[in-house]
Amino acid sequence: MTKEIFDGESARLTMKELRETYSSGKTRTYEWRISQLNNLLKIAEFHEKEIVEALRSDISKPEFESFVHEICLIKISCKLAIKELKRWMKPEKVSTTLVTFPSSAEIVAEPFGVVLIISAWNYPFLLSLDPVIGAIAAGNTVVLKPSEVSPATSSLLTKYIGEYMDSSAVKVIEGAIPETSLLLEQKWDKILYTGNSKVGRIVLAAAVKHLTPVVLELGGKSPIIVDSDIDLKIAVKRIISGKWGCNNGQACISPDYIITTKDFAPKLAESLKLQLLKFYGEEPLKSDDLSRIVNSNHFNRLIKLLDDDKVSDKIVHGGQRDIQNLKIAPTILLDVPEDSLIMNEEIFGPLLAILTVDHVEESFNIINSRPKPLAAYLFTNNKKLKEKFVSEVSAGGLLINDTTLHLTVPTLPFGGVGESGMGGYHGKFSFDTFSHKKAVMYRSYLGDASERYPPYTTRKLGFLKAVMNGSFLDIFRAILGWS
Amino acid sequence: MDQVGMSINLSELRQSLSSGRTRDAAWRKSQLQAILRLLNENEDRIFQALQRDLGKHPIEAYRDEIGIVKKAATHALSCIDKWMATKNSQLPWLFFPSRAEVLPEPLGIVLIFVSWNFPITLALDPLVGAVSAGNTVVIKPSELAPETSAFLARTIPVYLDRKAIKVVEGGVDIAGYLLQQKWDKIFFTGSARVARIVMAAALNHLTPVTLELGGKCPTIVDSLSAPLDLKVAAKRIAAGKWGACNGQACIAVDYILVEHKFSSTLVELLKKTVKRFYGENLKSLKNLSKIVNKHHFNRLCNLIEDPAVASSIVYGGKVDEENLIIEPTILLDPPLDAEIMLEEIFGPLLPIITLDKIKDSIEFINSRPKPLAVYAFTKDDSLKKQIVTETSSGSVTFNDTIIQFACDGLPFGGVGQSGFGRYHGKYSFDAFSHEKAVLHRSFHLELEARHPPWKDFKMKFLRLAYMYDYWGLILLYMGLKR
Repeated sequence: MTKEIFDGESARLTMKELRETYSSGKTRTYEWRISQLNNLLKIAEFHEKEIVEALRSDISKPEFESFVHEICLIKISCKLAIKELKRWMKPEKVSTTLVTFPSSAEIVAEPFGVVLIISAWNYPFLLSLDPVIGAIAAGNTVVLKPSEVSPATSSLLTKYIGEYMDSSAVKVIEGAIPETSLLLEQKWDKILYTGNSKVGRIVLAAAVKHLTPVVLELGGKSPIIVDSDIDLKIAVKRIISGKWGCNNGQACISPDYIITTKDFAPKLAESLKLQLLKFYGEEPLKSDDLSRIVNSNHFNRLIKLLDDDKVSDKIVHGGQRDIQNLKIAPTILLDVPEDSLIMNEEIFGPLLAILTVDHVEESFNIINSRPKPLAAYLFTNNKKLKEKFVSEVSAGGLLINDTTLHLTVPTLPFGGVGESGMGGYHGKFSFDTFSHKKAVMYRSYLGDASERYPPYTTRKLGFLKAVMNGSFLDIFRAILGWS
Repeated sequence: MDQVGMSINLSELRQSLSSGRTRDAAWRKSQLQAILRLLNENEDRIFQALQRDLGKHPIEAYRDEIGIVKKAATHALSCIDKWMATKNSQLPWLFFPSRAEVLPEPLGIVLIFVSWNFPITLALDPLVGAVSAGNTVVIKPSELAPETSAFLARTIPVYLDRKAIKVVEGGVDIAGYLLQQKWDKIFFTGSARVARIVMAAALNHLTPVTLELGGKCPTIVDSLSAPLDLKVAAKRIAAGKWGACNGQACIAVDYILVEHKFSSTLVELLKKTVKRFYGENLKSLKNLSKIVNKHHFNRLCNLIEDPAVASSIVYGGKVDEENLIIEPTILLDPPLDAEIMLEEIFGPLLPIITLDKIKDSIEFINSRPKPLAVYAFTKDDSLKKQIVTETSSGSVTFNDTIIQFACDGLPFGGVGQSGFGRYHGKYSFDAFSHEKAVLHRSFHLELEARHPPWKDFKMKFLRLAYMYDYWGLILLYMGLKR
């Protein structure tokens, strides 16, 4: 089969078809949305093995992780949308005030129209379909552009979305920069982009022309503060699972660096080492439980971070690399200086830096002096410290005494702030992200207050003030001409 | 103001923010009260400034500006504790023992760009949201309403916390300079053209933006039969066209859609209403704001100069260049490809477009960019339903105009060409807040299946756990399930 070339004309035609489908009104119906959600669920339910295979081929993702972090999360998300859709779609009644009496008002969720979803390579199944669930639940037509860096999953999505979903309303366009640029030239009603902040800016710049609202799901250096009064064994397990057990550190909410006290750091590092040995064995480069580095670009980038003079003597664990198989062992760097390379970009890989401070409270200043991260973690049993953390640290999401788990809670909005992005999704928030909340007000012809209209008089001003201040007494006085 | 002076200002705002002072409920309330005091103690000065800038009548000034902001600030004061409270989120049992909550936090330093047509409301109404949410703020008033701009620059520092809330006056240069700074949020009210400049500047720092724009807001008028309804409708249309800053409002009625057979009735009625409200003689028109400046005056005159458009004028059309006055003007079926039907009018010209059937209005609206508001005068429930579900706009109001702006419970904001983001009431608070997700976990009850090395048992366990199949989990643990 020869692949068709995707050019400007194809982009225009794709858009035209989706616009026509949208204006036919069929995607707005509850029935269409539900049928599409059910079909999407089938992709996750019937093709587990192929999805696992694709993820293995793209990034050597362990089956367990593929299953739990990608397939299961999509199933949950989809099932929730199916269950709740009717409730989400229902107009929200709003109470009105004296100023607009008599009236009634409601907020109606309506689809934006035609939306573009650009997803990332690290969770190529989840980050593609999770936004699509929101977009179709809200009644939009969709183009999904999966990442060319994970080609197997990308073509799997093309195949099964084509097979299961309404192809006049949901389309997958595969490709790299040229294809993405062509897509971005079109007029979208909403764009959701998952990836890095450099491309995020390109997406925003393209959105300016048509004033398209954009959701940016970016990343950042998500810190973990570790206090010393904790259950170290559990904490260390949770840190490792969040760091290396999530795509070997190649996740947007992956812990990036640890801040702990000088006194506690050696103990923590030691404990991490021991647990890493238990989890991944003596030869982690050979472990099947760790994803590989996605490609040689990223491999070289990570090696550069590791070979930086400022940190080369800070490696206390790991550091082994296998360029052939693009593997890097779980690596811990203790006491890295803040001006090192590794502390100045998102690591997005199996390296974990540990910063040390005299007092654990100082970590807040370190975090607040840097760009706002997507997630911030704290391990402590100190109630005061927890409170201070919650009120003073700004991040997309905060998680205390665990890592990455907040992503799986559909009742929490998932999204960044500042450099980590804008807009959120998951659960009902996904539906809201892809819906325009239209204000609707119903008035009757009764009770028309002549005070609104010219000719204007002083008495009218008095009445108006009384009404707008909501004072019944003043209204009577104004009517009787006492004010 | 020199630019060095301004950069010092901004660092002062950053200091106020990091001191944490602006996060306290007490600070937020004190600022809201200060806004109320400012309005109560300066009513006459505001009336005067708006009179000079826009020829706005005090009743209009109170109804559309002072009153609106007072209402918003009072509402915010009564709700702020509720808005600030963290909201608990439900968690599946599997997470036990855990607690999840959503905590609104201030975005940081925000920039509010104000437009000239409602120079008090569009400065202070967003400010109510920004301080309610605990931000520090720079307000950039419009240089096209200079008296009001000067009033705000003079008065806001007297009433509000001057280390946290600043007014920076100026024109394009200053706006450009401000846009180069790093903001945590930009709230812009104005035109789509400038909005693009704002959006392009904001992307450098990934600053989220709210764009409050306008568009051609259509008004559908069904063939109403009851004379009383008709009279009320005409009044409300007139108020929505000429009553709010003489059509220079983003939610003003832009044009009317009506059936052929009903158009003459409507025209006659509108004429009568206009005469009664505003008078007949160009020199003695009253209760009408003036056109803001020469530029806009010329723009509007150009719209009706086109002969095909000029010949469609059925009422008004006279202009007074010296005083920047344009008569309330009604046009019947101007060409649809004329400028007046392509750009937002933003002035006292009212085209009436006739259709065969009132239901054709749906397609008419849908073939144009999404407006900020759709108005419809009808008693036909099926038409109402069709308008709500089949057209798209920031808001829909039935049997009235403009009034949706005054409803705290309704979000105010556009979609498509009319902007994005929303405010008013709780939505103002949300527009200036980041909803931070917080999950609290304890060290008890660790599910070992979460951790590597990945084994088959763990796979089964998590398969069930993720489906929240608690019964299955128990069976698996007891070794009864394979």
